Formats: sequence, structure tokens, C-alpha cells
Amino acid sequence: MDDPLVIADRTYSSRLITGTGGAANLAVLERALVAAGTELTTVSLRRVDAHGGTGVLDVLRRLGIDPLPNTAGCRTAAEAVLTARLAREALGTNWIKLEVIADERTLLPDPVELLDAARTLVDDGFVVLPYTNDDPVLALRLEETGCAAVMPLGSPIGTGLGIRNPHNIELIVARAGVPVVLDAGIGTASDAALAMELGCAAVLLATAVTRASDPEMMASAMRSAVHAGRLARAAGRIPQRFWAQASSPPR
Amino acid sequence: MIVTVNGADREVAEGATVADVVAALGLPGSGIAVALDGEVVPRAAHGTTAVPAGSALEVLTAVQGG
Repeated sequence: MDDPLVIADRTYSSRLITGTGGAANLAVLERALVAAGTELTTVSLRRVDAHGGTGVLDVLRRLGIDPLPNTAGCRTAAEAVLTARLAREALGTNWIKLEVIADERTLLPDPVELLDAARTLVDDGFVVLPYTNDDPVLALRLEETGCAAVMPLGSPIGTGLGIRNPHNIELIVARAGVPVVLDAGIGTASDAALAMELGCAAVLLATAVTRASDPEMMASAMRSAVHAGRLARAAGRIPQRFWAQASSPPR
Repeated sequence: MIVTVNGADREVAEGATVADVVAALGLPGSGIAVALDGEVVPRAAHGTTAVPAGSALEVLTAVQGG
């Protein structure tokens, strides 16, 4: 089934977007990225002397994967906008995964700062992919500002709690005119499959793979899950019923 | 003169440019981005942007994350 993911001006054959955080080392990360079959992968921006070299970019380049810089760690719109502009300068891309976090314990998005930053960055020519709460109203507001996708969380970053409010994800999907990417909270393959069954266009995950006991095998599982969920969505599931309905003829 | 580079004080020559400071850190010219007192300095301007005494430079690059 030829079923590409289209975001802004780009087309991808993979619907699994990965993060690079949490991997034990670059060799493990590289094997996981290959197994995931991903074509778009997030990176963060940090001071050069704090975390060593640009090895992760070399890995992405070698694998032909587009880097998607994020604004992880930013707490205000102003910080996020500056980080996005620095990322554009460092990586030569106007794509940005916009994250504005409210506090360190929940890592939940701050909706007020997020919307403010999204407006500024869209006006500045960025392709903005905002990490947002599973809030159907906020998702619409972000789309109205010109964001190229909306990326609601399933549950807080790194928790692996899966999709806590599937109905909200369905509401977001039902009204969105841009791709919906389930971002954050995925714990295992069934969570990724559910996201796709709910109608998401793609799944973005990091920790579930990079901190799995076998990252390469989990990446492979996620790839299959995203594919299976997409097929199931397109196939049209049966309605759920309260009473049994025999599948064998009565006589 | 003293400037702050990624939070640490650093002695640089009077009249140093952003490019001079980046080179002194032993960094490649690509894959990095520089902010001078909170404003992005485009790569094309690194060689012509002077770093005033007492200013703060942030030099960033991509790392694993997200």
C-alpha cells in the first residue's frame, strides 16, 4: 500500500518518527534507527562543551535520516524561539519540534507559552511541529496559527503510560486539517498501534526504544506496530458490541 | 579582554570576532550556532561581528535528545 506521510513540503514513507535521547551510545542508537526504518529523527541543541561532539548528526547523515531539532528544556516562548533560531543556524533546517515545558516533574507543555512561540516561529518562516497536550481545543488553535502538524502527548514524556485519553486523541484527529503525530508516553508496541488505529498520521517516540532492554528489537516492534495500526485504521474495524454475535452459521 | 563563553569567563584578544572565538575553541565552523547576548549571529556574519568586552556568547550544537 503506497501510503506516504506528508508534512508541509516533505513526503516520508515511514510513519515512525524517533528521538535520539536515552540511548546508551551511538552504536546502539544507530542499530535502533535502522531497525525502526525512520526517516525523521529529533535532536536537541546544547552547549558544545557540555556533551562532546556532533556524533549524532554524523550518524543521521550516514543513514540518510532528516534531523528534526527540538526546543527541549525551554520553559518560555522567548527561550524556545531563540533555540529554534539557533537550531536553524546550526542544522540548516527550518523545521522545528516546538516544546515549551511547564515544569520538570510532569514535563507537560505550557499551552500559553507554546501558542505564543508557535505564532512567532510560523511568522518567522519555520515549519512548526508543536508538542502539545491532548487538548482538542489547543490542537485547533495551534493549527490556526499555521503549524504544519500537531503532536499531542499520549501521557507525560518518558512515563511509558501509553495513551491515557484515547477519546481526546480521536477528537483531535477528527477535526485536524494537518497531520496528527502521537508524541510522548508510548511504552510498548500496542501503544503505537493504538495511536495509529485512532487515526494518527504518525508516532514519535524515543524512550520506549532507547531505554528498552533491547533497543534494536523494540525499534523493530514499533515499526511493525505502526504499520499494523495504520492498516487496521484503513481497513475499518468492526463496531464494538455488548452481546456476543456468533461468527459460525447457526446450523 | 574577558568575555563569557558558555557560562565560563574567557580571555580573548581585543577586537576579536565571533569567528575568532569559535576558532579558539577548536570548533568546526559548521554544525554549530552562536548567540551573542541572546541574539543569533548568522554564520555569514561570524567573521565581521565583533565580540564586545563583557559580552556573553553561547555556542551550541546538536546532541542526542528528544
